[in-house]
Amino acid sequence: MSENENDRKPVAGPTPPLSKAKKQTNRRRFLRTTLLTGGVLGAALSGFLPIIYSQKKRLRPPGALDEKDFLGSCIKCGQCVQVCPVQAIKLADLIDGMGVGTPYIDPRNQACDFSCDAVQCILACPTGSLVYHKPDFLPVRVGAALQAKPTLLAKEKDAEPTLNMNERIGVARLSRPEACLAIQGKGFKGQARGAEFKGKLRYMDVDRWKPIKVSEHPYDIPECDLCVRACPIKGAISIETVFAPDGSQRKSPVVHEPCVGCGVCEMICPVEPTAITIEAGEVWKI
Amino acid sequence: MSDVLKRRFTEQIKIMFGWEPKKPEKITERAQQVHVLKRMTNKQDLIAVKAHLRAHEVKSTKWRNRRWFTLIIANLLFTFSFFLDIQILEGALTASRFVGFHLIDLNSALQVMLAHKHIINNLVIGTGTVLLLWALLGGRTFCSWVCPYHLVAEWAEKIHLYLAKKKLVTDQTMDRRLRTVFWIIFALLALATGYTVFEAISPTGILSRALIYGPGLALLWVLALLFFEVFFSRRAWCRYACPIGLTYGVVGIISPVRIKYKLEGCFHEGDCRKVCLVPHVLDTVIKGRAVDTEVPIGPDCTRCGLCVDACPTGSLSFEVKGLQKLL
Repeated sequence: MSENENDRKPVAGPTPPLSKAKKQTNRRRFLRTTLLTGGVLGAALSGFLPIIYSQKKRLRPPGALDEKDFLGSCIKCGQCVQVCPVQAIKLADLIDGMGVGTPYIDPRNQACDFSCDAVQCILACPTGSLVYHKPDFLPVRVGAALQAKPTLLAKEKDAEPTLNMNERIGVARLSRPEACLAIQGKGFKGQARGAEFKGKLRYMDVDRWKPIKVSEHPYDIPECDLCVRACPIKGAISIETVFAPDGSQRKSPVVHEPCVGCGVCEMICPVEPTAITIEAGEVWKI
Repeated sequence: MSDVLKRRFTEQIKIMFGWEPKKPEKITERAQQVHVLKRMTNKQDLIAVKAHLRAHEVKSTKWRNRRWFTLIIANLLFTFSFFLDIQILEGALTASRFVGFHLIDLNSALQVMLAHKHIINNLVIGTGTVLLLWALLGGRTFCSWVCPYHLVAEWAEKIHLYLAKKKLVTDQTMDRRLRTVFWIIFALLALATGYTVFEAISPTGILSRALIYGPGLALLWVLALLFFEVFFSRRAWCRYACPIGLTYGVVGIISPVRIKYKLEGCFHEGDCRKVCLVPHVLDTVIKGRAVDTEVPIGPDCTRCGLCVDACPTGSLSFEVKGLQKLL
């Protein structure tokens, strides 16, 4: 081996003691490595923020597993985003605190109106984060299960009028009844959300296959019932006569059990801020 | 495979997990002869030949160009499939559909399986397809031919090397075993917390999604990594941290696509090691180290072809094992 003109030490034979300089280099290298480990793991901790924030409810796409299972199974590929015909699904960013790259719906800006007819996002999901049927070992929360498969008004006359959904993603709630035009007995005239609003909705009387901008479909109605008109699910919401505490009669939107939490009512509500909101992940309570 | 090459094969796997390359204990007789002959060559003659070769050297970027082209096209295919709705490659690098067929990134799939502990058919199909694909194409070929972070890191590396030449920065090397440690930590974290932690900081996923769905603040993390690589440690993420690289490296162990080293014409000048992302795999080109006259490069190699371009003597080339015999 000694005739070898290699500058490196031969492996065989006892290892000579390390020089002081070499020891110092090694120590520095160890420190740097530890530093990088700390840095990367520190950054990885930010990945846990959504777990900490999981108390804060957020609306996931239809068929989403319960939040913790959803976060564990989502591969963050955005295929659900790609198939949505109204671009209701967005991917969360770093500061949204719901997991970088996970999908969510902001119903006030663009609700899911089931324009796709078949819950395409569930079909697109490669990992089972969005499912028609939960696997057996995942429990279904009481009230999250729908009593019957929801009937989509748009295909009510089709051979198969229902959506293949077994659980709701939330429930609509009249959060600010005092602002509701129906309760005040007022009508509505004009563009529901103003001229600048970019949200889309499918109007069966305009085009069965192509959703249009809400701003392109102005209304003129004597008594506001926009949430009921826009709702894509049969029997999920209606205007009912209710009695106020003082005994006086009023009209009011009332949410019923078939509500899946799609958020169309929240999107269409013409008052600012909205009078009706989606409680994400909420279950039906009698 | 001879005993010597078999021994080298297992050595190379250990090297991928972070061991340092050692001088080989056994070298075939033929290779030993070449080593001896090289030592006997007249030094003046050798210098003259080297100088002649240098003078007539043509700097090639053939493989780099092919690779950059492939990488950019692959990523643009994702972008345009969504942007122009041509639906060829839908999804992002973590999971996608190529004209309807599921493709799922192996490391992301692993994270999801460990975190969710439930595996559906689509996940198995997609993972299987990708596993087969990259086992055939070379494992870490994914890194240099597809991963968008690899490309931006390559550009950052150019800045780093420029600054290093001006003596403004020095490459701070680290312990390569760190990558294996990270791989284990992230796997355990996914298993224990039920959440795919690594996906939150994976620059591959962040960049891929940014290219398809538009930029976000998560890109700041990618910028921080690039900053670190420019000013402190050359290609630190790919070399010492990325568990995706290790996952694909393991897939590439049995891959037929690889770089082959021919001992005979090599002048042992080390140009290949200077351009290499993983110079430990090119340990065999050091004078006296090659265990045989032809040596396949180990699984940690990303098959980027920079060494093939850089080699002035043509001693390094792409090889598809088994195909040469057929042709």
